[in-house]
Amino acid sequence: MSLSTAIRDVADVKVVDLSGRITLGEASGQLRSTVKELLDSGATKMLLNLGDVSYIDSSGLGELVSAYTTARGRSCTVKLLNVQSKVQDLLQITKLYTVFEAHTDEATAVTSF
Amino acid sequence: MTDARKLRLSLESTLDSVEAAELIVQRMAELNGFDPDQVHQIGMGVRETMANAVIHGNGLSPDKSVRFDASIDEQAFRVRVADEGSGFDPDSVADPLDKGGLLLPSGRGLLMMRAFFDEVEIGSSVDSGTRVRLVKYRTKGAGGTTQEEDQ
Repeated sequence: MSLSTAIRDVADVKVVDLSGRITLGEASGQLRSTVKELLDSGATKMLLNLGDVSYIDSSGLGELVSAYTTARGRSCTVKLLNVQSKVQDLLQITKLYTVFEAHTDEATAVTSF
Repeated sequence: MTDARKLRLSLESTLDSVEAAELIVQRMAELNGFDPDQVHQIGMGVRETMANAVIHGNGLSPDKSVRFDASIDEQAFRVRVADEGSGFDPDSVADPLDKGGLLLPSGRGLLMMRAFFDEVEIGSSVDSGTRVRLVKYRTKGAGGTTQEEDQ
């Protein structure tokens, strides 16, 4: 299953609903281009909704890190929403839970920026 | 697949081979009684190993292949992956758990292989490429000795 993305505006936050697998190749490229598109349009608050993402490999994790660092360099904050258990395990293994602020409730996440 | 416990393949250096190897080992593990979490971990560990082999080892070269062996016995799932690249020093890979490595976009594959398999051995040389041996025991902590030695 490839990755699909949809972008919603909730208040002044760009919510990116991701669905599928974030893995090596096309899917990682798709996440990269979506984030770039939002940054180019001037987004300063980005919430990546991983509720329908059940699988991320090391390439996908790298893409999330790149999104975080690239956004930070352009004065945009990236946070995560609805991280699934297997992905949460990966964030623990890689200690990336110390990098990403993650939420389980969208309303709370939106007001946290 | 006539014997779901043993497999030897020569795979092209493509991203499709990474996907294929992951699917194959997951199916083998399912058919041989590994639990769903183990199936997931075996698939992901193999995926990372194969990605390293085809991308970093063989450079996605159509002239180079990856030798892939998988076998299952009563104790464990065992995998060997060998590329035809010019090798690397595993100790030279930046630790992705260090403060300086945490925000690097790559370098987490080895960490994930070691997290998901009970034993990970890497042999690498300029002349013979990189050979990785992975072992996942059916029961956590069942290791200690292995039946195979690296070739």
